[in-house]
Amino acid sequence: MAVVFEKPKSLTDAELHYCPGCTHGIIHRLVAEAIDALGVEGKTIGVAPVGCAVMAYNYFSCDMVEAAHGRAPAVATGLKRSLPENVIFTYQGDGDLASIGMAETVHAATRNENITVIFVNNAIYGMTGGQMAPTSLPGQVTQTSPYGRDIATAGYPVRVSEMLSMLDGPEYIARVAVNNVKNVRNAKKCIEKAFRNQIENKGFSLIEVVSSCPTNWGMTPGKALEWIEENMIPYYPLGVYKDRSAKEEEKA
Amino acid sequence: MSEKVLMKGNEAIAEAAIRAGCRHYFGYPITPQTELAAYMAKRMPKIGGCFLQAESEVAAINMVYGVSSTGKRVMTSSSSPGVSLKQEGISYIAGADLPALIVNVQRGGPGLGGIQPSQSDYFQATKGGGHGDYHLIVLTPASVQEMADMTALAFDLADKYRMPSMLLADGTMGQMMEPVLLPEEHINAVEKPWAVTGTGMKREHNIINSLYLVPEELEKKNIERFERYKLIEETEARYEAFMMEDAEYCIVAFGIAARISKNAVVALRQMGIKAGLIRPITVWPFPKKAIADAADKVKAFVSVELSMGQMIEDIKLASGCRKPVALCNRVGGMIPSPEEVIECVKNMQGGNN
Repeated sequence: MAVVFEKPKSLTDAELHYCPGCTHGIIHRLVAEAIDALGVEGKTIGVAPVGCAVMAYNYFSCDMVEAAHGRAPAVATGLKRSLPENVIFTYQGDGDLASIGMAETVHAATRNENITVIFVNNAIYGMTGGQMAPTSLPGQVTQTSPYGRDIATAGYPVRVSEMLSMLDGPEYIARVAVNNVKNVRNAKKCIEKAFRNQIENKGFSLIEVVSSCPTNWGMTPGKALEWIEENMIPYYPLGVYKDRSAKEEEKA
Repeated sequence: MSEKVLMKGNEAIAEAAIRAGCRHYFGYPITPQTELAAYMAKRMPKIGGCFLQAESEVAAINMVYGVSSTGKRVMTSSSSPGVSLKQEGISYIAGADLPALIVNVQRGGPGLGGIQPSQSDYFQATKGGGHGDYHLIVLTPASVQEMADMTALAFDLADKYRMPSMLLADGTMGQMMEPVLLPEEHINAVEKPWAVTGTGMKREHNIINSLYLVPEELEKKNIERFERYKLIEETEARYEAFMMEDAEYCIVAFGIAARISKNAVVALRQMGIKAGLIRPITVWPFPKKAIADAADKVKAFVSVELSMGQMIEDIKLASGCRKPVALCNRVGGMIPSPEEVIECVKNMQGGNN
């Protein structure tokens, strides 16, 4: 019988700790599939964040480093400067990347550090129990915005992909989602490109993955996927925000 | 090849680090350690190394964490306020059992403080500094020559014990120019099977980590680490004893304070007062035994510090408070004169403390 689907080799057999219906599992698989497709597992080093994906070091079968909260791009910079021939990626959530680690993110991008950043945006702090994130939507109810995110006191969500694409530095910035099959297929393509860019020495590639958190959004998994479509994507439009090489090819 | 040159202390550290095989430096500008970063910026690109000016001290120490994870020698340098910012990363480096060198060319504090020399980061350096139970191996150079020699030693000890080490200098040491015999190139090749370099599909994946959610495991890790610390305390405590054979008054001082105190000891001897000096070279591990042995013989101790009195606590602990311990100190960038040290010893003679 033909094998039509199997677990990627770059994932271990460890049981994931993620909540039922959480899309981290899909995103882990897409990252592992990209590593498999490019045949670079043996020279890949991943950097895990602080947040829901803190134990990602148990799930990816390549070498792994656990970073302090928000510092993954700095740790990845050290890894890449030490081992330029290796493939280095970070896997970070919205609190990690867009709040406490914003400086590290922006400066790794502006240096065009030749690394791949997987940015999971689910508009909430999951691991600590559902606090307001830098990407929580206006009016979104969380543990620390119990009356809804009030833009008068808590300000506006950060659109990371739009912001980073304004910099001269980065090679490739794209926002994808994993709420339906079509979007997952596109996400897979973009994630693989973000890794291929690094192998081709093109520089900093970041994929923002719009994701769900049924537990802390207080929704069923199905409802959470609908909420992505109805609320997240209108605020965080999907697409490629920057692709320097494609633009240069166009010009030529 | 060793050669004698005239150098600033900050530059001597940089050159010695390169000669000790360090090819990765990450830093953020701060006075009074700027010459160190400037030296690295000039030299590293010429020898295939990496100099990177990070966006912050926080980023710099995490870049250090990244390189150290790959098993290569790596360092950062800063001064007091910047070293405070690095504490998070230093705690992670200690928690992940990684070697690295951190240089602190101290200036006065707290807060923004000043830019003149100080030793007021002693507690931070010797008692951990960041969160959790841990230590650094802390070396205290008292000359430009020692800035160079201790840099190589600090790398070796960090590799040997898989822990961060620190050169605890001060603005005087950093800025001072002296002749220095530069150490020969020495690459201490320690096996690092734990490093992340890519599995090459030949081994299980390595994980660099300080997270242990099972309390029994975290307790075990801490206890194991402290067993290593105990061994280090027994074998790596370093100090210099100066005119201590028949001393009745023991001055304890490190770094610039020790140089001043040495002059005071000579002057006191000329006055017929039997003074001596114990100069801790490592302040962690603190030379407890030397202090305890001295406590059997001397009448009193004088702790000479550029702080409000930090090392004095370790002297009292090590001596079991068996003899009085006086504090002779200046702070805020001020440095005690030999006369002030002499006066303090004379006061102890009178039984005042």
